[in-house]
Amino acid sequence: MSLALNVDSLRYRYQQKWVLDNVNLQLEQGQFYALLGPNGAGKSTLFNLLCQLLQTRDGAIDVAGHSTLKAPRKALAALGIVFQQSTLDLDLTVQQNLEYHASLHGMSSKASKAAIERELARFELIDRKKDSVRSLNGGHRRRVEIARALLHEPAILLLDEASVGLDMPTRDSINQHIRGLCESRGITVLSSTHLVDEVLPEDHLILLHQGKILLDKPCQQALDDEQVGDVKSLYRNLTTSGEAA
Amino acid sequence: MKYWVAFKGIVIREMWRFWHQKARLVSALVRPLLWLVVFAAGFRAALGIAIIPPYDTYITYDVYIMPGLAGIILLFNGMQSSLSMVYDREMGSMKILLTSPLPRPFLLVSKLVAGAIISLLQAYAFFLIAWLLGIEVPLMGYVYAAPALLITALMLGALGLLLSSFIKQLENFAGVMNFVVFPMFFLSSALYPLWKLKESNEWLYWVSAYNPFTHGVELIRFALYESWNPTATWVTLVTTVLFCGVAIWGYDPKRGMQQKKKPSK
Repeated sequence: MSLALNVDSLRYRYQQKWVLDNVNLQLEQGQFYALLGPNGAGKSTLFNLLCQLLQTRDGAIDVAGHSTLKAPRKALAALGIVFQQSTLDLDLTVQQNLEYHASLHGMSSKASKAAIERELARFELIDRKKDSVRSLNGGHRRRVEIARALLHEPAILLLDEASVGLDMPTRDSINQHIRGLCESRGITVLSSTHLVDEVLPEDHLILLHQGKILLDKPCQQALDDEQVGDVKSLYRNLTTSGEAA
Repeated sequence: MKYWVAFKGIVIREMWRFWHQKARLVSALVRPLLWLVVFAAGFRAALGIAIIPPYDTYITYDVYIMPGLAGIILLFNGMQSSLSMVYDREMGSMKILLTSPLPRPFLLVSKLVAGAIISLLQAYAFFLIAWLLGIEVPLMGYVYAAPALLITALMLGALGLLLSSFIKQLENFAGVMNFVVFPMFFLSSALYPLWKLKESNEWLYWVSAYNPFTHGVELIRFALYESWNPTATWVTLVTTVLFCGVAIWGYDPKRGMQQKKKPSK
């Protein structure tokens, strides 16, 4: 199976502190990856490097086969990104926000209209498209952001703590929806979280702690290897012992 | 083609935002109109302006300050764009622009042009009100003023872009008003001809003569009276390119979006 994302020996530091230290990741197409780590583990820095808000020459990142250093725009075109903080323009309507994003990806008016209808229908937001984003609740705003990230049909969807601030039923519904995308569209999803209850045994789990990857394997296999019954215990075992995968 | 689509999208988005923020148009017009209706009325009797290019006759003070007040609309709109970019960066919506698969200089210049177009619309709304108040310029002057306004708006927008690339927090923006906008406005030919300033303080005269905003205002003034001021044109154009270049460097991801954070190596 071909790699959707390849991160090789990536390092990054702020001032004198290494926040990512020799990070290696190989993400396969059509899979769901949960990136688990506490606040300050380096998840957002990793995401900023993947989407080129930050750059480094310490290591290499290939997105859908395109190097972020040699072919940065092709790499960006293959990414759909949902940031931790909402990036919707509150003054604009749902449709206007989506049209703006589509134009930034060079989509024609016809293609953009069709894609907007498709994604809003998928997220059950068709009847809200003329509404101002300001009038939407947190859950709906998140759905709009995910719909927006999928408009240009990216190969990889990056979700940086996309469920932060949402109530449990909304979180579950969104997470279920996103997992469905891997099967229905063959998209690769890398979803970061600091909440252990968001990781399911069937997910592929990547554990990032203090800038290092401690674990990178199917969650169920990790549970079996560590002989623990839940992700919380697994997380505690690995982060306290510092054992590498 | 995709560049055109993206450029159009960025311009349309600024238009939508402008449409949704109607108070912005009102406040953009109130400031110069106060100067024109109240301040100029007070000085009209006291000050007459001698014959200086581009005027071919004596003019009243309100006629003199009209191009300068158009300049102030562009200046404040440029700063407003800068403020909105700092806000967008803090709120995160700037990330959507910066992570789109197009060259960053193209995206930033497109945003700059979009802001300049909004400034242009505001300036013409002001000209319309000034005309209703009896301050007229030759009809073709309104046409010739368009490129002059656009170039000046681009220069001031580029200044705003440059400031936004270095201002770390929204709270720091008050300093911009005090240390950039007001000195730029008062140390210019917007409110008084520079020769008058020279009579009272030669040092201030030279500062004002080198102020790029002075050249922007003179460019507009000459264009409104169907003349061309080559010096003002070149200074404005060169300053635009300079500001723009530094701003694009300021937004380089190798420097990091957050100025406090330093990249590795």
